[in-house]
Amino acid sequence: MKLTSSDRILLLFTALLASYQVAVGMDGFSALPIIAYTTGFGVLLIAALLIFILGFDVLDSPIVVIVSTVIPLTLSLGLVWQHFASFRISYLVFAITSFLAVALTRSIPMQNKLPVITIAVTHGIAGMTIFLLPIILSIQGLTKPLFSLVGAGGALIGIGGLLLSFLKTGRPILSRNTIMRLFPSLLLVTTALFVAGFKYG
Amino acid sequence: MTALATQSKTVNPSTSLRASLKYKTKLYWPLTKPLQSGLLLATGLAGYMSARCPIFSMGTLLGLAGSLFLAIAGSTVLNMWWDRDIDAKMGRTKKRPTSSGQVTEREVLRLGLILSILGVGWAVAIGASFGLIVFAGLFFDVVIYSMWLKRRTCWGIVWGGISGAMPILAGRALGLGSIDWIGLTLALGVLFWIPTHTLTFSMKFEKDYADACVPTFPSTYGLGVTRATIAISSVLAALMMVIAGYGIGMTWGFLRLLGVLSAGLLMLAVTVTFNPSERVNFSLFKYASIYMLAAMILVVLEVI
Repeated sequence: MKLTSSDRILLLFTALLASYQVAVGMDGFSALPIIAYTTGFGVLLIAALLIFILGFDVLDSPIVVIVSTVIPLTLSLGLVWQHFASFRISYLVFAITSFLAVALTRSIPMQNKLPVITIAVTHGIAGMTIFLLPIILSIQGLTKPLFSLVGAGGALIGIGGLLLSFLKTGRPILSRNTIMRLFPSLLLVTTALFVAGFKYG
Repeated sequence: MTALATQSKTVNPSTSLRASLKYKTKLYWPLTKPLQSGLLLATGLAGYMSARCPIFSMGTLLGLAGSLFLAIAGSTVLNMWWDRDIDAKMGRTKKRPTSSGQVTEREVLRLGLILSILGVGWAVAIGASFGLIVFAGLFFDVVIYSMWLKRRTCWGIVWGGISGAMPILAGRALGLGSIDWIGLTLALGVLFWIPTHTLTFSMKFEKDYADACVPTFPSTYGLGVTRATIAISSVLAALMMVIAGYGIGMTWGFLRLLGVLSAGLLMLAVTVTFNPSERVNFSLFKYASIYMLAAMILVVLEVI
């Protein structure tokens, strides 16, 4: 399936938004959230550029499953570190362990359901953290209401990550063509929600 | 009938002149390799802007852009004129106007010389040191690289790289009034970036270069060494750009972004080395161009 001109435009805007977030969207944050968000938005930026250059076929690479877990893990880690001081270390351990588990289960051929379970648990916890935490914080008045946009972005990236992961594991939720048709728009809207949430939240 | 004939006689010459000019421009324009020249021009403009001149002069900026573009385009046309015989043997280049016979050798040489003389002359008029660096770039590219070394040794690309690094050095020197370590680091960044670009190209079109008997890294040292060279030069290019960015006084945010883009370049270079494929080579080739353009935009944005 080939990239259309509109796909390229959407990917370019995604790359620009992610660049903006890395360059100027983290002023005033402490060290670990900056590292975590830079990694997350950096992966988004490079992914958008690589899809722009190589087309959707780049998503067929086996490394995509591993890389696609980096975004929710790093973004959720940054959020927890900033807003849930008591869970900092435990979430950091979870993020590192989950990433290693996904990398390991995707690198070693396995016949059982462990790779799928590992991905589902990782995306599930990280995705729910990005989805729920900003919404709860904004409802409680601890952040501005628009911070909940980060949560909306989290929901979308969680859906995107699961669609891609299950496609890669051979149990697609939607057909490959449908996922690819949706992907550039999903990536742009997700990034835009994150950037807007962090800026105005 | 006579009146019509007279009218057509008076109208036709200007129409045919316009058509001829349009046709020639259409033929000449690709000879300047607009994308490559544009990218090198962007490095020159970024070099100038990086100096953070206290007095911003639109005239100087336009002069810099005009003279650099003419000189870069001139040297590119002269290279095409010199390489017309090998271009005709390579599948990738045999349709170029110079090798397909759409333009005569004489007019290509004339065009190259006119553009080069205008570009260097204009550059000298703007500033002596600026003009000297622009001339050095043209000399290294046409005489040292194309005429002397390209058909003798694969190491000729180093001189091609040095000439490619001259626009950014020239721009910085014009803005600053002298050559400083940041200018040299920026130039080294471009110099090390060029193998990432050209060596992936020489791997992709290895057979073409072999048909034309042009020595390349892949044909001389093999693909493994070429890939390792690409990886090392990518690391050095990224390192130089980050050091130069720090020297310019880039904010941490912009340095972070430059670091992310550099990480993408390194990741692709490592993949080319350890898990090579035509596809990864091509993506590195394309990404390297985007990387350099993005780095130059960051330098300019930082100053604005």
